[in-house]
Amino acid sequence: MSARTLFEKIWDAHVVAAETADTPAILYVDLHLVHEVTSPQAFSELRARGLKLRRPDRMLATLDHSTPTLPANADGSRPYASAEAQAQVAQLEANCREFGVELHGWDSAERGIVHVIGPELGATQPGMTIVCGDSHTSTHGAFGALAFGIGTTEVGHVMATQCLLQRRPKTMAIHVDGQLPAGVGAKDLILHIIGSIGVDGGTGHVLEYRGAAIEALSMDERMTVCNMSIEAGARAGLIAPDETTFAWLKGRPRVPQGAAWDAAVTQWRALKSDDGARYDREVRIDAAAVKPTVTYGTHPGMAIALDAPVPAATNAQERRALDYMRSQPGQPMQGTPVDVVFIGSCTNSRLSDLREVARVLRGRHVAAGVRMLVVPGSEAVRRDAEREGLHRVFLAAGAEWRVPGCSMCIAMNGDLAQPGQLVVSTSNRNFEGRQGKGARTVLASPATAAASAIAGCIADPREYLVEVAA
Amino acid sequence: MQPVTHLHSRTAVLADENIDTDRIIPARFLTTTTREGLGRLCFHDWRYQADGADNPAFPLNRPEARGCAILVAGRNFGCGSSREHAPWALLDYGIRAVLCSEIADIFRGNALKNGLLAIVIDEPEHRWLLRHPGIELAIDVREQFIALPDGGRIRFALEPFARHCLLHGVDQLGYLLQNETAIAHYEQQEQAA
Repeated sequence: MSARTLFEKIWDAHVVAAETADTPAILYVDLHLVHEVTSPQAFSELRARGLKLRRPDRMLATLDHSTPTLPANADGSRPYASAEAQAQVAQLEANCREFGVELHGWDSAERGIVHVIGPELGATQPGMTIVCGDSHTSTHGAFGALAFGIGTTEVGHVMATQCLLQRRPKTMAIHVDGQLPAGVGAKDLILHIIGSIGVDGGTGHVLEYRGAAIEALSMDERMTVCNMSIEAGARAGLIAPDETTFAWLKGRPRVPQGAAWDAAVTQWRALKSDDGARYDREVRIDAAAVKPTVTYGTHPGMAIALDAPVPAATNAQERRALDYMRSQPGQPMQGTPVDVVFIGSCTNSRLSDLREVARVLRGRHVAAGVRMLVVPGSEAVRRDAEREGLHRVFLAAGAEWRVPGCSMCIAMNGDLAQPGQLVVSTSNRNFEGRQGKGARTVLASPATAAASAIAGCIADPREYLVEVAA
Repeated sequence: MQPVTHLHSRTAVLADENIDTDRIIPARFLTTTTREGLGRLCFHDWRYQADGADNPAFPLNRPEARGCAILVAGRNFGCGSSREHAPWALLDYGIRAVLCSEIADIFRGNALKNGLLAIVIDEPEHRWLLRHPGIELAIDVREQFIALPDGGRIRFALEPFARHCLLHGVDQLGYLLQNETAIAHYEQQEQAA
């Protein structure tokens, strides 16, 4: 067989019926993740047609988008933003009961953001096909799984048939050579990559991140990178599994155990692009040239080093973006006054992200007038962080420590910024109004966000990564 | 899905590039559990002023844009989330086709599955249409062209299966269910492996 890319190996292994000129491939789905926002209409469709779930054992559901991040009231009720949000959550609970789907709901010690708990539970494994009605499903590509977001109609297709109709996407290799400088992390890298290839640079493609700088990343960091593949328009992002991947997954609840684990790892080791495999496109990025990076406009491709001057607008769209953000061409983003700092989302809400934030905050205080929210990605992250005492660092610094959920990333649960406020956010989207109508979002790494909270303006985290005695 | 073979309408233009799904329907409206009635929320934060009145600066609020079923949008329309609420909202608002030189992958797939003609056209034609709002167009899905008032034609590519489903109102879930034997066979082989 000729040399194949990692993507081609996973794709080929999941083809139920090959694509023809007239028909797309029928692709088998190994894991279907479900949350409350994009599933109700699909369950209703199944019910209306009298269909059952084909493989409820291959589904995993959680509550994350519409859920409040404030703790339960004294009477046990939850402080939902609206009756509609509460009803949406209740509907997923009812649907999971009726159709027999494993739900990590309010009573689960493993509840959390869908893209955080899939890996934590070991449900996400190398070589799998994984889908969810959520574009950030690309996160799971960090494990060498082909993972992508689908619409609600397709959610129904997977529920009823465990399959999707798909044309084979193109492939793009993103080689990241060299080593990231000290104080520069995975979030800076992916913002730099999107800034380089553009917000639509990956359209129609599955990205494979490779090279020395990628191999050096931890699993949390790889998830941050793959998470934002969709922000370059890509269908999915992939990183070949290696010893880092296997060590991270070993012993998790849903991975094979004992001899079956050894057999699985042996198979997984073959999941890498063959020498000589051809990609439709290749891009090279020099890791050493990446600096702490932030966005200055209203899509994730408008990203620059925080000390670099904001480029002048070249068209009406860019002028609108700069006006909305009140970004000044020729001036760096560093030094821009900040109103809100949000630490969280499926991009940056894992334990290592919170440790990074605590490293910057320890012994310091959030600037007067700045509101800072820290929202862990899952109950497991929350437990681990509290065991390490990270929450005490956040609280002592004047930040809020919340219950897990998507929170201010998508701002549909009541956690939002006011019109005109500038939010330095560790999330993935800086679209107009994304964090509240009129709110201005600057995407940044956890370290940059934490440094900005202390400084009261967008700040270089490298000046704060030197620890202060508490 | 009802068959979609032709569409005849004047065009309305939203020239901005990268119109994302949050602009098409803001996330705070996604707590709905049905797919109906989202048209009133379409482009909500762009379309209405703070007091709820129509924003005169929103191009689709202009009198000449009312009733237009064909939207010519700037490059990379529909980028961002996978929410199918975006095409549901556009359709309920009265948009039946989006013409663009590039359309985000997930949005385009979602749109076509709902009978919203998400059509990619070449850049020169796209630039021309962006500069000429209000023009009468006739889209022919079968023959894959857009007829201009002067008799000119813009050809477009359409994935053959999507075209087939549009023309015949094919239910894609029904199509998948017909492949039960192949799916069961795949699962047996997988279990044996």
